Amino acid sequence: MTTPASSEVPVHTGSTTTRLLGIAVLVGLVALILLGFFGAPKDDEQADAVRLIFVHVPSAFLTYAAFSVTAVGSVMWLWKRSVWWDLVAHGSAEIGVVFCSLTLFTGSVWGRPTWNTYWDWGDVRLVTTLILLLLMVGYLAVRSMGGDDSAVATRSAIVALIAAVNLPIVNRSVEWWFDRTLHQKSSLTDGNLEDLTLFTLLLGVVVWSLFYVWVMIHRFRVGWLERELRFGDLDLALAQRRAEAHTINDGGDR
Amino acid sequence: MWRDVVLVAGKDLRIEWRSRVTFSQVVPFAGLVLVLFGFALDANRPVLERATSGLFWITIMFVTTLAVQRSTSIETTDGARRALLLAGVEPVAVFAGKAAAVAVQLLAVELVLVGGIVVLYGAEIDSFLLVVATCLVATVGIAAAGTLLGALVAGVRARETVLPILLLPVLAPVLIGATRAFDDALGSVAVDGWAWIGMLAGFGLINLVLGALSYGVLLEET
Amino acid sequence: MSIIALDGVVALLGRFPALAGVDLDVGAGEIVLLQGPNGAGKSTLLRVCAGLQRIESGRALVLEHDVVSDRAAVRRSVGLLGHDTALYDDLSVEENLRFWARASRVDVDAVDGALDRLGVADRLRDVPVRHLSAGQRRRTALAAVVVRRPRLWLLDEPHAGLDQQGRDLIDGLVRQAATAGATVLLASHELDRTMGLASRHVTVAGGTITEDRTI
Repeated sequence: MTTPASSEVPVHTGSTTTRLLGIAVLVGLVALILLGFFGAPKDDEQADAVRLIFVHVPSAFLTYAAFSVTAVGSVMWLWKRSVWWDLVAHGSAEIGVVFCSLTLFTGSVWGRPTWNTYWDWGDVRLVTTLILLLLMVGYLAVRSMGGDDSAVATRSAIVALIAAVNLPIVNRSVEWWFDRTLHQKSSLTDGNLEDLTLFTLLLGVVVWSLFYVWVMIHRFRVGWLERELRFGDLDLALAQRRAEAHTINDGGDR
Repeated sequence: MWRDVVLVAGKDLRIEWRSRVTFSQVVPFAGLVLVLFGFALDANRPVLERATSGLFWITIMFVTTLAVQRSTSIETTDGARRALLLAGVEPVAVFAGKAAAVAVQLLAVELVLVGGIVVLYGAEIDSFLLVVATCLVATVGIAAAGTLLGALVAGVRARETVLPILLLPVLAPVLIGATRAFDDALGSVAVDGWAWIGMLAGFGLINLVLGALSYGVLLEET
Repeated sequence: MSIIALDGVVALLGRFPALAGVDLDVGAGEIVLLQGPNGAGKSTLLRVCAGLQRIESGRALVLEHDVVSDRAAVRRSVGLLGHDTALYDDLSVEENLRFWARASRVDVDAVDGALDRLGVADRLRDVPVRHLSAGQRRRTALAAVVVRRPRLWLLDEPHAGLDQQGRDLIDGLVRQAATAGATVLLASHELDRTMGLASRHVTVAGGTITEDRTI
């Protein structure tokens, strides 16, 4: 096998933009850790456990943002057959699964001291988010099963749509199921948060968003290069294929 | 269009009638699951009574994965999917016909299972109408989502394991809704079962539309 | 009028270019033999002509319909016998054929005649396809093609698994179809057999056509 000789294909996925983004994420993380642990005050009821929201809330936000991007990318693939959008949908789902797991993990660690239980079935957002995680794990399973590139893209795009359309029903049914929710109604709007806590929370969302964009750009480039490597050189593959005709003629019957 | 729906559904049901996979294997399997739940819950009557609705619908979820796999393999074993395209049958009609056939089989299993929970778990049915309505409405949604996902995994490696991973989370609202509605019908928990029927109908409608829209794309491309 | 007009057709199976630029023009009433080694692209070529294969580049017209944008029209007018027989194991021979006749919207009464022509014995018609031998299965599948009365016959290894009598039957069918104005494209290894049948020999290798001889 010869390697496809295309000089424009870069050998790494970094660029000035991603390096700047990476530095911003690092600086932001340090600031978040300092503010989260030492800056923001203890909560009157939740004591130090409240500090988990600086990870939990941004993760939850990014979970839903990432899966929304996957849903949009899936629609765009089905509509325009755009490989660009397919790669975006795939990358975003992978990152989303990480955020989603982090949301559930921090949520249940926080739930232990606060609600006195790791898991509460009556909590709508928690159960919905778990179902979302399961759906997206299914999505990635379909993606990893291989096959024709465009068939895989189509199959997984439809899985993403099924998930996106059914998730509100899941949410609704869990809500009716218990008709109550333990979850903090919305910590952001009830006005009880200290200014510094609110600031740290917003900083968390910003840092996580930058992190998402940063990883997304790298993931997208890796996906693109993979595709180039397997697929890009159609001309070469065609030449090899046509060459078979001669070797076979020379070689006789086979 | 309707003619093709009936043709496809009739064909699938005829195949089932000839091979009797549902009746000779799936029904005994469902009965077995009920018995095993009995063992697992230590044949504790109050616990069983409280859990009956949930166990019933969990069993139906298991049965669904079997029925959908069977329904899918009918078309994939000898390249019939391709022949359906060649014959010019509307993909929507294939979807609706296959979903209808799956629904009929599930309803037959549900009928047997209702007998099963009465006999084995001592369930007492307060409202037959609600039981029938729940089964009908829930089954439409289950069959629609199942048929769509069955076609989706048809071309995939290891489809036997991928199908439940995809199907069961999607069916979570049906499990919740149908279980609540049954709770009302069996009088085990005081809830408004009819309100849940509305949710189940919404689920069914949405998944029928999803299937109708995407089945053709799947048939063509995979 | 060309029945098949392929111009620079490239078709991918996954990432593999099964067809690497095929030009072919076939007229009405021709019987064309596609020959070539395994994996040369013969089956893919037949699928392109049936409107079942996405093409990467080039242009393919069958009965003057584009195989991609107007594939419904292409599919309606062709009959394909592939490696798969597209029969339902648990249904009888007759039930299968009736189903496919109804699905294709053709005359269901033609089923009996087609089975007679393929030499499928009366006693086999109520037997589930599962119990048929490979040869009987193949005849049944071919009967399903006959029932559709296609204008273009696409036969992939039609002689495979058949006995002498079965092969003669197929040759007869193919000649009759061509005389009646249909066009036949058949892919085969059995050159001795098909050489005489076909009016044109096309050699496929490496996803291209390397030789095209009219007899």
